[in-house]
Amino acid sequence: MSLDNYLYLSAILFTIGAVGVVVRRNAIVVFMCVELMLNAANLTLVTFSRINGTLDGQVIAFFTMVVAACEVVVGLAIIVTIYRSRRSTSIDDASLLKR
Amino acid sequence: MVTNNGLVYLIALPLFGALSLLLLGRRADKWGHLLATTLSAGSFAVGLLQLSEMLARTPEARPVTQKLFTWISVGSFNVDASLLLDQLSICFVLLITGVGTLIHIYSISYMSHDPDRRRFFAYLNLFIAAMLLLVLGDSYLNLYVGWEGVGLASYLLIGFWNQKPAYATASKKAFIMNRIGDMGLSFAIMIAFASLGTVSFSGVKEQAHQASEATMTAIGIMLLVAAVGKSAQFPLQAWLGDAMAGPTPVSALIHAATMVTAGVYLIVRSNFVFDAAPNAQLLVVIVGAITLMFGALVGTAKDDIKKALAASTMSQIGYMILASGLGPAGYAFAIMHLLTHGFFKAGMFLGAGSVMHGMNDEVNMRRYGGLRKFMPITFITFGLGYLAIIGVPPFAGFYSKDMIIETALNAGGAKGIILGSVALLGAAITAFYMTRVMILTFTSSKRWDDTQHPHESPILMWLPMAILAIGSVISGFLLYRGEALKHWLEPLFEEHGEHTELLPPIVVSGLALFMVVIGVALAVIKYQLSDVEVVAPENVSVFTRIARRDLLQDDINEALFMRPGQLITSALVKIDQSVVDGAVHGIGKMALGSGSVLRKSQTGFVRSYAVLILIGAGVLIAAIWVVTK
Repeated sequence: MSLDNYLYLSAILFTIGAVGVVVRRNAIVVFMCVELMLNAANLTLVTFSRINGTLDGQVIAFFTMVVAACEVVVGLAIIVTIYRSRRSTSIDDASLLKR
Repeated sequence: MVTNNGLVYLIALPLFGALSLLLLGRRADKWGHLLATTLSAGSFAVGLLQLSEMLARTPEARPVTQKLFTWISVGSFNVDASLLLDQLSICFVLLITGVGTLIHIYSISYMSHDPDRRRFFAYLNLFIAAMLLLVLGDSYLNLYVGWEGVGLASYLLIGFWNQKPAYATASKKAFIMNRIGDMGLSFAIMIAFASLGTVSFSGVKEQAHQASEATMTAIGIMLLVAAVGKSAQFPLQAWLGDAMAGPTPVSALIHAATMVTAGVYLIVRSNFVFDAAPNAQLLVVIVGAITLMFGALVGTAKDDIKKALAASTMSQIGYMILASGLGPAGYAFAIMHLLTHGFFKAGMFLGAGSVMHGMNDEVNMRRYGGLRKFMPITFITFGLGYLAIIGVPPFAGFYSKDMIIETALNAGGAKGIILGSVALLGAAITAFYMTRVMILTFTSSKRWDDTQHPHESPILMWLPMAILAIGSVISGFLLYRGEALKHWLEPLFEEHGEHTELLPPIVVSGLALFMVVIGVALAVIKYQLSDVEVVAPENVSVFTRIARRDLLQDDINEALFMRPGQLITSALVKIDQSVVDGAVHGIGKMALGSGSVLRKSQTGFVRSYAVLILIGAGVLIAAIWVVTK
């Protein structure tokens, strides 16, 4: 099986994630879509690592996972806080900074 | 040169008076005028003392100096604040302090009803100090300080009653027109510094012959511009008539006897410049000749007694400038006419003030008439001044004016004939307009209404007039006798070769007298033997109308300088508002506008930012792909 299919899968996952971020309003869903995009990127890194026969991509994938984990912690905390104060998880409601 | 540490007191005394009267304010109201008069008299006494010391020395050793302090010391350029008293300055010192003191005394009474009398005396003392600094400075820079000082004092005194807008405007006019002259003086100083490296009289004199004629001509013309401004000569004479807005003692002291003659002093003092620059000298003569006719013609048409006298001052200073432009032959006569004029013109102005005092400040001569009976002393003193100015022997003006006419005639060639004729014609017109003043005021029939109660002035006023009248009788003879003034001033000037005489002196005197008789006769026919209208007649010839308007000088100034100046300033204001302010405001508006456009992109919606980031990333990738392909 050609390694290219991984790249196609990765592209599809990234697109789904990106469209989700742009289209959906629910902060939790947007958040999941962000994770999807991160993992699509991870898949690409790992695939290219495999194609090139080096370990660089795989190492960077680990770093991405760590960063993603941190991001989840901070992001979820923010979402929970916003939900507590505004009783809403719609990210369009949290647009106060423009004023 | 001999050092004399007493010179500073000449200036310090009146300066102290001015400062103390101004600083003490109302506390000095009761005795301020007495202090000012005493200090002025003290300065006169110092002047007399200096004269007696000077007389005791040989002619070469007569000049004395005093260094006050080092003023400017930059590299090789040094200017000390030093005073120089020589044969020329002592004449001025005695004229300024002598006539000045008399006018102080006169003002005590003349200004006695004015609530601001103290301020008036402070300014008078300030003027005396500044004028003394002007004539005592030993360099052009020191002279310049005094020059500006007298300009300031003149401005303050013309606008002394500045609650009247017209008077305040008159003072501004005098000040601004004087600035033009001051610019000339400062240019002269700059040229002297740049090309000769020195600004002291002695330094410039030493280099006068080595320097190129062009340099000397430039300095000379700039000095002439200065003299023209200060001495109200053509074409900067328009301020003097309006300067009569000041109290009459001011007109007598500043605008007749002393300050306006500063231009003559400047030219005579700079004799070495003009001797080295014949073209500048010719220009001096032309200015003098034009002004002497100009002033005389204006004088014939004025109904305001002070303005008639002011026009006469202009004309007489024209004589002095004319004489000072005739080279070494004329310097002494310029100074001689200046001194005699100081006596008779100051005396006549004080007389005019006395008449105004008795006539409720009426200045229109058409509303005078027959005042001889009511003001006998004023009539006599004014009459002596009158005889002096028209040049009747043996009164003062006869000697001085006659010598000027004679020197002008002997200037040689066509120049001499033209100048001599102008001076002679001027003498006739002088006789005409002064006789007119005399007749309209004192001898013609009464033309004032019965609400007026003309009366003689108190002794404090007529005493100075009497002293000045004595001066206008004898000063000419004293200065002329044995060529006293000429020999006195001779060491200062260069030798001049003997001139051929165009006409024998006795013929010149005869001609001058003949002209005077014609002038007097015309005036007697026109004003004494026929009725004078109370209101100036309107249906007069165009010449009279032009003369009444100061020969259109104000109109010319307004058309040539004022209106174009206003146009330029209003255009500049528009440019400033549209271009300069436009640029500044435009930058602000641009920042504001672009900000408000850019602000729209900041929606606050996370998802729109996400779209933008996506688009950005897409564009970036596309760009990399295009570049690396």
